[in-house]
Order: sequence, then C-alpha cells, then structure tokens
Amino acid sequence: MIRVSQTSYQYPGGTRIAFPDFHIPRGNHGLLLGNSGSGKTTLIHLIGGLLRGQQGKVEVGGVDMASLTEQGLDQYRGRHFGFVFQKNHLIQALTVEQNLLAAPFFAGLPQNSENAEALLQELGLEGKRQARIRELSHGQAQRVAIARALINKPTVILADEPTSALDDKNCDKVIRLLMEASTNHGATLVVATHDQRLKSVMPVSVELVASG
Amino acid sequence: MSLITLAWSYLKARPLTTALNVLLLALGVSVITVLILFTNQLEEKVTANSKGVDLVVGAKGSPMQLILCSVFHVDFPTGNINLKEAERISRHPMVKKAIPLALGDSYMGFRIVGTRRDYATLYNAELAEGAWWDNHLEVTVGATAAQQLKLKVGSELVSAHGLTENGDEHEAHHYKVVGILKPSHTVLDQLLLTNVQSIWLAHDLAAGDTTGVIASTLVPGHPAGDSTREVTSLLIQYRNPLAVIQLPRFINGQSNLQAAAPAYETARLFSILGVGMDVLRAFAIVLILISGLSIFIVLYNSMKERRYDLAIMRSMGASRTKLFVAVILEGTWLTALGSLFGLMLGHGVLYAFTLAVTGSAATGVQAGVYYAAETWLLGGSLALGILCSLLPALEAYRTDIHEVLAGN
Ligand SMILES: Nc1ncnc2c1ncn2[C@@H]1O[C@H](COP(=O)(O)OP(=O)(O)O)[C@@H](O)[C@H]1O
Ligand SMILES: [Mg+2]
Repeated sequence: MIRVSQTSYQYPGGTRIAFPDFHIPRGNHGLLLGNSGSGKTTLIHLIGGLLRGQQGKVEVGGVDMASLTEQGLDQYRGRHFGFVFQKNHLIQALTVEQNLLAAPFFAGLPQNSENAEALLQELGLEGKRQARIRELSHGQAQRVAIARALINKPTVILADEPTSALDDKNCDKVIRLLMEASTNHGATLVVATHDQRLKSVMPVSVELVASG
Repeated sequence: MSLITLAWSYLKARPLTTALNVLLLALGVSVITVLILFTNQLEEKVTANSKGVDLVVGAKGSPMQLILCSVFHVDFPTGNINLKEAERISRHPMVKKAIPLALGDSYMGFRIVGTRRDYATLYNAELAEGAWWDNHLEVTVGATAAQQLKLKVGSELVSAHGLTENGDEHEAHHYKVVGILKPSHTVLDQLLLTNVQSIWLAHDLAAGDTTGVIASTLVPGHPAGDSTREVTSLLIQYRNPLAVIQLPRFINGQSNLQAAAPAYETARLFSILGVGMDVLRAFAIVLILISGLSIFIVLYNSMKERRYDLAIMRSMGASRTKLFVAVILEGTWLTALGSLFGLMLGHGVLYAFTLAVTGSAATGVQAGVYYAAETWLLGGSLALGILCSLLPALEAYRTDIHEVLAGN
C-alpha cells in the first residue's frame, strides 16, 4: 500500500534527512518510530501529500505522489487519506456532525448524515451529533477527530503522535481504537510517534534516527 | 455543508462582532437609502408640479417664497396684485397663457385656490366623479384632500381665512363640493379648486357683473380693468424663447410686481438643500468605509486564529481556491446582511416619518418605492465585502498546510 524508496528531504538551511526504504502492505498497520526531530512528521507529510517530495519516490496505492498535479494532490489527499493529529484540530465554529461532514464536502464526496451518525455510534458518541466542540471532553473530541478521519472510507489513516499526550490507560484505549477502526474500515494505519509504549501493540515499520 | 453555510457558521460563531459589523454598515446604507428616496421623490414632485409654468408673477418679495407659495403651495403669499395690472401683464405679446391664482383661504388645513379651469388642465387633471366648478362657491376637490377631509359630491364646507387650520371662518358663505378629481400625483391632489370670485365673495367683495361691459380675460364673468379687485399671482407660459430674457425684465421693472422662474428658484433650492445632503452623504460614506475597514480587520485577525481550521480543511481535500472563496463569501455575507438590513431600515425610517409627521402626506414622499440607485447601493456593498475580504482570503489561500500541521 505504501512504499517509500530512496527518499530524502532537506529543509531550507537544514541538513538532509534521509529515510530508510520501507513498505507497508495493504491492510497492515505500521509504526514510524523515532525520537523528536528525527523526521517522522516530515515523512508522514510526504506520504500524505501535505508536503511535496524532493528526492526519491513515495507511492501510495500504486500512485507516485510526485506525479500528481496540485489539484490532483488535493483530491487524492481528500479521498485516500484520513489524518489524526496529536491535537484534535476540530473546527470550533461547527457542530460535531458538521465537522464530520466537512470531510466529504471538501473531498467532493456525497455528504451522508446517516454515515456520520453510524460512525459516532461506533465510537461511542451517540447523541453528540448536534453538540458544539467546546462541550466535548478531550477523549470525546479525539474520537470525533478519528471519526472524521474515517468517514471518507480512506485507504490510509495517517496518525502523527496520537498518543503522546495521554496517560497509559488512555494511550492504550486510543491506539486500540485506531487499530480496530482502521481494520473495520479496511484502511492501512500508519502511526508516527516517539511513544515507545506503542511498540508492544503495533509492528514497527521504520525506526528513524535523528541525524547530527 | 457548503461554502456558504461554512462562512455563515463562522459568522454565527462570533455573534457580537458580526452584529456590530452588520449594524455599522446598515446605518451607513440606511442614511444613503433615505437620501435616495427623498431626493428622487422631491425631484419628481418638483418637476411634476412646475411642469408648464415658465414664470410666476406676484407681489414684490422673496422670489423663492413666491414660487413655493404659487407652485408648490407650501409657503405664504408675498401679497396680492391688482387685477387691472395682472390683466395688463397677461396681454403682453410674449405671454402665451396666464392663469390667475387667488390664495389665502383654506379648509381644515387644505388650501382653497381660486383660479380658472386651465389650472387643472396644466396637470392633466381628470374628474373622478361629479363636475368641474362652474358657479360661484362651487369647489372641485383634489383626490388626497377629498379622502382626508372625507368630502363627497354634495358636501358643504365653510372656508377659513388664512392657510393654517385655525383661521377665522367665513361663516356667511358656504362652499358646495361639485366634483372630486382623480389622483394626479401633483400638488393638485391637496387642493380645493374654485373660481376667483368665490374667494372675493368669502371676503365680502361683490362678484361683479359683465352685462354691457367687457369681461376680464383673467377672471371670466368679471368686468375687465377692475382695479378694486386683486389676485395673488399669475402662472405664465411663454410664447417664445425670447421671453425667457425679456419678460422677467419687463415685469420686474414695474414698481410693485415681481417675476420668478420656477426652474431657477427650484435649482437654487436644490443647491441649498444639496449642501445638507452632501454632508449627510459624506457621513454615511464614512460609516460605510469604517464598516468595511472593520470587516477587513475582523477577517484578517480571524485568519490567524483559524490557521489550524484552514490547514485541516486542506488536509481533507479542500483546494486553495475553495478556502479563498470561503473567506470572500464570509465578507460578502456580512455586507449582504448589512446592506439589506440598511435598505429596510431606510425604508422603515421613511415610513415612520410619513406616519409620525403630520402634513408629510402633503409632501407626497412615500416609503414604498424602490429606485435603481438602491440596486447600485446593494451591488456596491457586495463589492465592498469582496474588497475587504480579498487580503484575508489571500492569507487563507497561502496557508502552508505542512508548516501548520507539523506544529513547529
Ligand atoms: N519547516 C521547517 N523548516 C526547517 N526545518 C524544519 C522544518 N520542519 C522541521 N524541520 C527540522 O527537520 C527535522 C525533522 O523534523 P520533524 O519531521 O518535525 O521531526 P519529528 O516529527 O520526528 O519531531 C527537525 O530537525 C526539524 O527541526
Ligand atoms: Mg513530529
């Protein structure tokens, strides 16, 4: 599903970060492990098309990310990826349901309220459809963010430090929820983290080491 | 969810700021709306009322007052002129037509005008019912006056001396309503028309008899050359363009007469009013510009708060252009609401004015009319919305998703 080969990235004025080659097959899940500053976020943004690659090849679902036009990249991102971040980044001005439906709207997919409702139920958020974001607890907000990542039935879920700020109990809950939901929806889950606790629940695909 | 509802959601998320911006714009727009409604209608009225009157001849005094009194029936007469002299003016070769007006009496605040039939013809007046006045003390009543005074054909009334509601009544002489006019949307609607002799009779002056003598051209049925009788003014139509220069000079040369041209005096009136209107308009434009600036500042600042929202939207597949349009729509929403609200406010204020101010019906200003200029105002406001959201929208367009979402 995801294949990274010969890839490196250099920020203006920074040293070149070289990424080891790796491959995550369809339906599998994988961990991008590494210390802070080792380039995990850079890599996950390269995979998710949030950042344009400079050297090497990043393939997702057989598509070379470099071959996509600006518009094509926006569309590909919307339809094939779901993103989960350390902070939930929900849109405060919108209700829970509107936050979910924003995903199909921006991806140019049909907006289906029943879909949203079903996802909320699945994640234990029944009755929160019309709730405001500020009325949610931290855990609820994170689950809404996960629901939003899932609603377009993406082939890949990219999670950047989803558990770093959580205690052991919640860390376990969230990672299991992510894995379970990804499996249920047939998506490949890729988690970038420095959180060593996750090694015990997910296979490590790459270990990144900070250069210099 | 759509870009429009998204923009609306952001506006709803900060109700106070939104309300303030809308209100600010609405105030500016409403002032301009009132100005548009007022000046347009005033101009229409003035043109309609002074149609066909080239010159007004009356007693010496303020020419503006003479015009206001004799053409628009709002001010008091400058005095009266001798019938014999008036006849002499009317026989001048450059005068095509001269219509006498005898003013000074009223009924319940509505003016009674002693004149000839061709005064009504000037405004293409038509009878709604009954007949034109013919004999002494017969009146034909304008549409508005008839409606407000609840007069019908056959009603009788006693005129009062003076043009206000509380003048002394001329008890001895009863007018009889013989006809009601159709609305002409001119000053005629507010008048009660009768012949010149009726006004004299009400003031206990005999009407005169023409058996065996030459009749007056100005006051049919009265002997010509009677210097004991007076009228208030003469409405004159020129026979040829040369008269524009020569006739006023000739008349103003007479010791106790003056001639005033409605076109000139109304232009003067408008230029006086115009100063006030310009000040108001400038004030409104300042309000609108401030609201535009305020919309810009609010949007621009909220782009900083919204950088995560914008980046998340991009991560969900939104193109740069979509975000750009979303912000533009937000500005447009604000100015659309503000200007629509302002238009309604403007019409509302004018409506309240027509209800509250007695006699405003007489000015004929209506709140329920719509002018093309208002569409321009609306369009201009929308353009302002777009203009003010251009820079914030560019900011949204430029959002660097990687940098924002990496959180560095
Ligand atoms: N926008 C940027 N400009 C310059 N250097 C950057 C930028 N983003 C990241 N870096 C540098 O690149 C390296 C990798 O960063 P990042 O991918 O965020 O690592 P991680 O997510 O593993 O903490 C770090 O040394 C960081 O300082
Ligand atoms: Mg990182």
